[in-house]
Amino acid sequence: MKQLLIISGKGGTGKTTIAGAFIKLLQAKAYADCDVDAPNLHLISNHTVTEERKDYFGLPKAHIDINLCIECGLCEESCRFDAIHHGQRYYIDSYACEGCGVCKYVCPTGAISLREQRAGELMLYRNNAVFSTAQLEMGNGTSGMLVSEVKKQMKESAADDVGVAIIDGSPGIGCPVIASLSGVDLALIVAEPSISGINDMQRIIETARQFGTKLAVCVNKYDTNLKNTQTIEEFCKDSEIIFVGKIPYDKKAVTAINDGKSIVDIDCPAGIAVKKVFDNTIKIIGKL
Amino acid sequence: MANKKIAILSGKGGTGKTLVSVNLAAAEGNSYYVDCDVEEPNGHLFFKPKIIKKKDIFVKIPNIDNSLCSGCRECVEFCKFNALAYGRQVIVFEEVCHSCGGCMLVCPTKAISEKDKKIGVIEEGVSDEVKTISGIMNTGEVSGVPIIKELLNIIKDVEGLVFIDCPPGSACVVMESVKDADYCILVAEPTVFGAHNLAMVHRLVSLFGKKCGVVLNKCETGFNPSEDFCIKNNIEILARVPFDNDLGSLNSEGKIAVRENYKNKDLFYSLLSTVKEAVK
Repeated sequence: MKQLLIISGKGGTGKTTIAGAFIKLLQAKAYADCDVDAPNLHLISNHTVTEERKDYFGLPKAHIDINLCIECGLCEESCRFDAIHHGQRYYIDSYACEGCGVCKYVCPTGAISLREQRAGELMLYRNNAVFSTAQLEMGNGTSGMLVSEVKKQMKESAADDVGVAIIDGSPGIGCPVIASLSGVDLALIVAEPSISGINDMQRIIETARQFGTKLAVCVNKYDTNLKNTQTIEEFCKDSEIIFVGKIPYDKKAVTAINDGKSIVDIDCPAGIAVKKVFDNTIKIIGKL
Repeated sequence: MANKKIAILSGKGGTGKTLVSVNLAAAEGNSYYVDCDVEEPNGHLFFKPKIIKKKDIFVKIPNIDNSLCSGCRECVEFCKFNALAYGRQVIVFEEVCHSCGGCMLVCPTKAISEKDKKIGVIEEGVSDEVKTISGIMNTGEVSGVPIIKELLNIIKDVEGLVFIDCPPGSACVVMESVKDADYCILVAEPTVFGAHNLAMVHRLVSLFGKKCGVVLNKCETGFNPSEDFCIKNNIEILARVPFDNDLGSLNSEGKIAVRENYKNKDLFYSLLSTVKEAVK
């Protein structure tokens, strides 16, 4: 199974819309949504089966047994995450706790233990295709671990003849994105022709290169700024990154999404353009 | 009260957080704009501030003195983040280290000390009357939380209105940015994606008991799932920003609408007075 990741650095450039179209065009047998913080792909993936749900536990978090606590304050002093506070008694701020175990180590009375805490949920839809997704609980910090779980769940459930799996990545350049990049064969970057979009594209390219990921770029809503689109094309040429095409801004795309459809389900300019981007991308991944 | 902090956030990226924050700060004039989206900071591309102060941000990572290491592997066993391994000697995977300091504590031979590792920079600048503070994480780093913490520390005691441009999503970095806010502006676009993520981020601010209102961005005629969500849940709609090619192209050129000859700029001024009223 080859894995194609769709990322953007900046949010809202059209990752999920394009991932949705690719899944349709490829008739993908395996796909995943790695934006565990704000997953959206399930909203347009029209699954008729009920999903299998599984609790996700991040790292166990600290818990203080106040019956054993002698209020020495060593835990508070040693915590690097500002997660231990004193109200009436000492308590753990579980949002801030990263589960490092230092407080448990320094506690002289054994009052601190590390306890499993639900940090999110993994979902798996399984019929003629497998779709792996997850939702991180609010305010949790272990999104990278959950991203790895989503990808693992997809790989383990997918049939042997999958060919290419499509992965919708997460925004930004940090932990969840790095976890998304790990092990993929090609990352397609969806760029937006704005000053912000160009800047974010360059930062995601820089990040992906540090991990040696093979890259391709497309521009979404290219006609909203032709000059910036040209800048992106030139940047790709100079940086020897394959440019796979551009998709126009299309009001019909919004309508399609709000109807729970993919842009290739309806007849629209964006749908036609994304088909070309798809063909070019699949050609590249086929040669890898 | 020395200042009022207004956090601008959205579950989904690309809804117009930066557009709203930048224009509000510029409309207010003498105020602070703080870019907490340290992974993809964009505010400085609009303000093009004159930088007056730069501060490198460091985290602590272990430094192993191999001449003292007995090879007991206590540190490797202790590290919950798998940031240490033992081959012929202790190997440190700097990227996954959370800087908890545990390895140094457990080492029986005191072979572990700590050294600084730079993960990013904070730039303070001025753009007309607006004071800008941007956190920029180095590429390849895993977490920008220490940079966000320092940003919030810097603005703790400043005077006046502070506009905080938050990272997307609802993970720990967003919570950090929202914790101290006096008011939250949620920016949402008119799609089912937008509405879904608006619901998420609304739960987050409710969890913290924050006052909030919604700015509907890129409004067009037709059904707006985000607007529908606000009405059904009785959430105040602060402003409706129309889908507008003029605003879109100003924004894509990195220009600030209220500083340009933009026909609808009153929209941002009236949003500003609504928000000021709310934090009074």
